[in-house]
Amino acid sequence: MNRLEQAAIAGVMSREVANFRTFWKATTFSSVLEPVVYLLAFGLGLGATIVNRVDGLEYVEFVGTGMVATAVIFASALPAMFGTFVKHRFQRTYDAILAAPVDVEELVTAEMLWIGIRAGVYGCFPLLVSFAFGLDPSPGMLVVPLFCFVTALGFAAFGIAVAGTVGKIDHFNYVTTLVITPLFLVAGTFFPIDQLPQGFQVAAQFNPLYQLVELVRHAAFGFEATDLLRFAVLIGFAFAMWRLAVRQMTARLID
Amino acid sequence: MLGGVNGSDGTPGQAAIELRGVVKRFGDLIAVDHLDLEVPTGICLGLLGPNGAGKSTTMRLLTGQAIADAGELRALGFELPAEAKAARAQMGVVPQLDNLDVDVTVEDNLSVFARLYRVGDVGAAVDRALELARLTDRRRAAVDELSGGMRRRLLLARGLVHEPRLILLDEPTVGLDPQIRTQVWSLVDELRSRGMTILMSTHYIEEAERLADEVAVMAHGRIIARGRPSDLIAEHAGRETAEVYGPPARLAEVRAAAEARDVRVRPAGPAIAIVGAERAVDGVTPTDAVWRAASLEDVFVMLTGEEAE
Ligand SMILES: Nc1ncnc2c1ncn2[C@@H]1O[C@H](COP(=O)(O)OP(=O)(O)O)[C@@H](O)[C@H]1O
Ligand SMILES: [Mg+2]
Repeated sequence: MNRLEQAAIAGVMSREVANFRTFWKATTFSSVLEPVVYLLAFGLGLGATIVNRVDGLEYVEFVGTGMVATAVIFASALPAMFGTFVKHRFQRTYDAILAAPVDVEELVTAEMLWIGIRAGVYGCFPLLVSFAFGLDPSPGMLVVPLFCFVTALGFAAFGIAVAGTVGKIDHFNYVTTLVITPLFLVAGTFFPIDQLPQGFQVAAQFNPLYQLVELVRHAAFGFEATDLLRFAVLIGFAFAMWRLAVRQMTARLID
Repeated sequence: MLGGVNGSDGTPGQAAIELRGVVKRFGDLIAVDHLDLEVPTGICLGLLGPNGAGKSTTMRLLTGQAIADAGELRALGFELPAEAKAARAQMGVVPQLDNLDVDVTVEDNLSVFARLYRVGDVGAAVDRALELARLTDRRRAAVDELSGGMRRRLLLARGLVHEPRLILLDEPTVGLDPQIRTQVWSLVDELRSRGMTILMSTHYIEEAERLADEVAVMAHGRIIARGRPSDLIAEHAGRETAEVYGPPARLAEVRAAAEARDVRVRPAGPAIAIVGAERAVDGVTPTDAVWRAASLEDVFVMLTGEEAE
């Protein structure tokens, strides 16, 4: 049988869809409410009292576009980490799936794709919410779901790889504190990174979330030539994490 | 129709499972130790062994979820693990531990697996599986609303949704109420009557006796005896067993007397059992002993040294 059969991937995704139907309301509710809360707190609070314009943008425009990256990482890395661990260890779902004609690579790919699609949609919510706070829609924004999708593939695979590596669910705390929070803080979401020391600015270039933030802002306010390079970084990140996730999960799932 | 065993896709007379010299280690532990096992097409083979004998590991080797360190493995004519995916497509697996999706409906559980198995008409396959498990009227219930018996029947139905040629049942009734056990047994009986090939592991002797055409007794990763239950009993336990009850001191005395004359004895709960009592010389078996026909339990305990459950 071939590698990466479409039927296997579609089958695994259909399981995710069936499960998602039981909890989509809660997820959607919080995905809408979260940017509202942030925009009220930062945009109106901080923006109105301390800073007015950042990098030539209204603070709402700056944070509204930046928060797309926040929505993407929280809709991809965390569900992938917890979901994978729970499905493997507690629900033994992967044992059931791998007894069918599905291999680990197809399983991991399907899980990544599903999370990518979900995060592609949820990533747009901050923009939609920001429209109500004064952000102007622009045609470039139509490619934002694609940027979100590709970034989410990478972070989903990262989360799956982490879940395929740690021994206990508590170990996720190290990963969120040491990896996810720094990535999310130094992404230029709430403040521009050019105010940070030089070292951070260089490091940020390797942060996929920072590249996503830049791409989303440029989609809203005008693309630059280097954006192709930024997009290439996201694709490279997704590919590398995909291979890592397949490797870690194979080691974990096949005795 | 379930059970296309004499179909065009299997060479007639070919064994459904052939394992030769299979070894599986976990670190220093040898879970499967030079295992030879052949399961002919169309029978229900009971893999009977105590906990830790290597039954589940053997099942996982057959699905490619564990990779053998040595040996040759074939299932349905496919070489394992290289062609495991193709083999899995025609195999149904019912795991020892329930791994249903509890938040979604009965129907969703079945349709997802019908898709994973590339069934052409998913709706028809789901209907058929529901009927087999007698769950048609619960199709829209969430799994966590089902009773224990229904869940177990659903787990079986999920493994059958694609009409497999071979079924792996790993301890199908472990930890279940006697009443649920009976339900599962009648389901397995139905599969047998359709001519399905079944490999069923169990550590319940009664289950093996009741469902298996042939029994392979497994201990420490090997098959130590194999045959039809009646043949195994005749070979390893003789015709009759005599059970002696009494205080421990007396049992020890009877035991010593029997062993001194090469008569085999085994513990049997509060009693001791003199196995092959019909062959024992006079005086070994006390007059107050309770005679009964030799059983598969006698064989199991004699061979594995484990008290039966
Ligand atoms: N993934 C594993 N890692 C380490 N040891 C294992 C693993 N799976 C099984 N074992 C060990 O292999 C032996 C056989 O286990 P198993 O096949 O589950 O036995 P059974 O199903 O007959 O009870 C046991 O000692 C068990 O602890
Ligand atoms: Mg077992």
